[in-house]
Amino acid sequence: MPDEGTGGTPLRAILTRVAARIGRRAGPPDLPYPNRPGEKLTISHSSIVENAVDATARATPVSVARRVRGLSDRAIAWLFIAPAIILLLAINIFPLIWAIYLSFTNYRANRPNAPVQGVGFGNYQRVLNDPDIWQAMQTTAHFVFWTILLQTVIGFSLAYLIDRKFRGHAFWTTIILIPMMLSPAVVGNFWRFLYEPQIGLFAYAVSLVSGIPTSDIQMLGNVTLAPWAIIIVDTWMWTPYVMLICLAGLRSIPDYIYEAAEVDRASPWRQFWSITVPMALPFIMLAVLFRGIENFKMFDMVTLLTGGGPGSVTEVASITLKRAAFESWATGRASAFAIILFVAVFGLANIYVKALNRVKQR
Amino acid sequence: MSAANSAHSVVAPSRSSKRIAGTIVVLYALITLIPLVWIFLTSIKSPPDSISYPPKIVFTPSLEGYCNLFTTRTRQTPDYIASLPAPVGTCDEVTRKRNMVIAGPSNFLPRFINSLVIAFGSTFLAVLLGTLAAYGFSRFKVPLADDLLFFILSTRMMPPIAVAIPIYLMYRELGLSDTAVGMILLYTAVNVSLAVWLLKGFIDEIPREYEEAAMIDGYTRLQAFRKVVLPQATTGIAATAIFCLIFAWNEYAFAALLTSGEAQTAPPFIPTIIGEGGQDWPAVAAGTTIFLIPILVFTILLRKQLLRGITFGAVRK
Repeated sequence: MPDEGTGGTPLRAILTRVAARIGRRAGPPDLPYPNRPGEKLTISHSSIVENAVDATARATPVSVARRVRGLSDRAIAWLFIAPAIILLLAINIFPLIWAIYLSFTNYRANRPNAPVQGVGFGNYQRVLNDPDIWQAMQTTAHFVFWTILLQTVIGFSLAYLIDRKFRGHAFWTTIILIPMMLSPAVVGNFWRFLYEPQIGLFAYAVSLVSGIPTSDIQMLGNVTLAPWAIIIVDTWMWTPYVMLICLAGLRSIPDYIYEAAEVDRASPWRQFWSITVPMALPFIMLAVLFRGIENFKMFDMVTLLTGGGPGSVTEVASITLKRAAFESWATGRASAFAIILFVAVFGLANIYVKALNRVKQR
Repeated sequence: MSAANSAHSVVAPSRSSKRIAGTIVVLYALITLIPLVWIFLTSIKSPPDSISYPPKIVFTPSLEGYCNLFTTRTRQTPDYIASLPAPVGTCDEVTRKRNMVIAGPSNFLPRFINSLVIAFGSTFLAVLLGTLAAYGFSRFKVPLADDLLFFILSTRMMPPIAVAIPIYLMYRELGLSDTAVGMILLYTAVNVSLAVWLLKGFIDEIPREYEEAAMIDGYTRLQAFRKVVLPQATTGIAATAIFCLIFAWNEYAFAALLTSGEAQTAPPFIPTIIGEGGQDWPAVAAGTTIFLIPILVFTILLRKQLLRGITFGAVRK
């Protein structure tokens, strides 16, 4: 298992490590493989004849084997991997490099024929000194914090309850998972209807419970409520995601640890905090990592629910970026902002993964 | 958790704790289903029923939402409508009751077909490229394999809008804006990272001995791949394909920014369905229902592989 890769890129290391640790329980062990067919076979041989065949196969020089078998393994490896890499280079990396170039110019996509001038770090300077952009970053951070907090608490609690293995738990787990598979845009759009103050089901239900008149429950129009409207939909949609990963974490804790704790007469409370939580923590943190990256990019749901409004209270970074790029057509400045965002996600994810690594080593 | 359950295992949850846990989970599940049930109920309401206060739970079902979803209508005078020949079909009848006549098909069907073409096209390509690359990474010593795999994953971390700016310019140069081919290529690129990571996990689980035995029997590497590995990896390939399909099916940001007409998919189209005086909610709900049904079916088919899919293969059950 490539456990020693920690020194390189931390995120990569963590993913391989997590995969290695978590996958070990079910997946077959990593088998050694030969560079040449028939080199390290571990099939047991009973007869002398089989041994002889094996010996002959082993004795065949590599070059001969290659000629007989057509393409060399090396050629096949590249032939197999190249198409995927080339596509990614063309559709992801080339545009990224182009965006980096544009971020140093005053290019505007709606005036393709205007002369392009280099502006050095001017775009970056403008973006970093723009109070609106800082406001958007703050809004984004606010969303990421609350959605993750709610989803982790509810998701973990649900997983803990499902792990009691009551009758029909598999069926209800599947039911709970449904929202996360749906399109955030299409379902988010329908939530606009649920949130309607007069005719919407949400306002009606809230007023039924709390007695507040429905006309006061302006989820999308009120400056204080609008961010929560989005947080509620996001939590509704993505709690199952966190739950599913937490459930895997809880199920990875072997029974004998609890049995030992029981023998030692540890209270259920004590067991929960010194066995369940620490042992499920790497899984919880992995879920938080994936949700954090996703919610940092949040766009669909906000666009359809509030479009950034009222005013700009729900204007997250992606919406500011979209406005700069596709409404003001300030392509150069938008590209600079995009690069800054990408570096921020990447940097934060890496710092986080370092923390995750420390937790796992404990 | 004490003396009551000491007979079998000391750690098995007690019956009462199971009952409480079950009740809370079922309650949560039912509450989260309400919005989805409401989508369906709204789709079979008539427009006046859909916007009544308080919200109606008991109502006479109507197909008006579905009729409005698939047609465009024009308002006419009652005299004109009375002069028309007898209505053909339910939709005709429903429309005329509102003093309107069907003017023609709406854009929903072509947008839905676009979604199908783009989702299936990109899934096919992503799974094809992903399977090859995953096999390459799984079975051969590729120089810098870890770096390449990480690079493949990192392409998924960029905010879609950030990618959309240069893609928009590039597609404009290449004439790929608002074309199905452009969208298929883009979604393939996004999905290939998921496909490689997932499929590498699945292929790693197939013992190498199978291929080696086949190669000793005279198969070439390619034959062994085709006749031994691929059949073994069918489940994994199917699960990966469904994940790619769901992503492409649900995607909104790229579709909204890079398509506007010809190649527009259903997600950016559905929110734009409007009737007279605002959003036609029964029609929107009808479109949403039709759009969500395939995903519901796939989610149930995929439930055993979900965990693996959503974590890029990092967590396996």
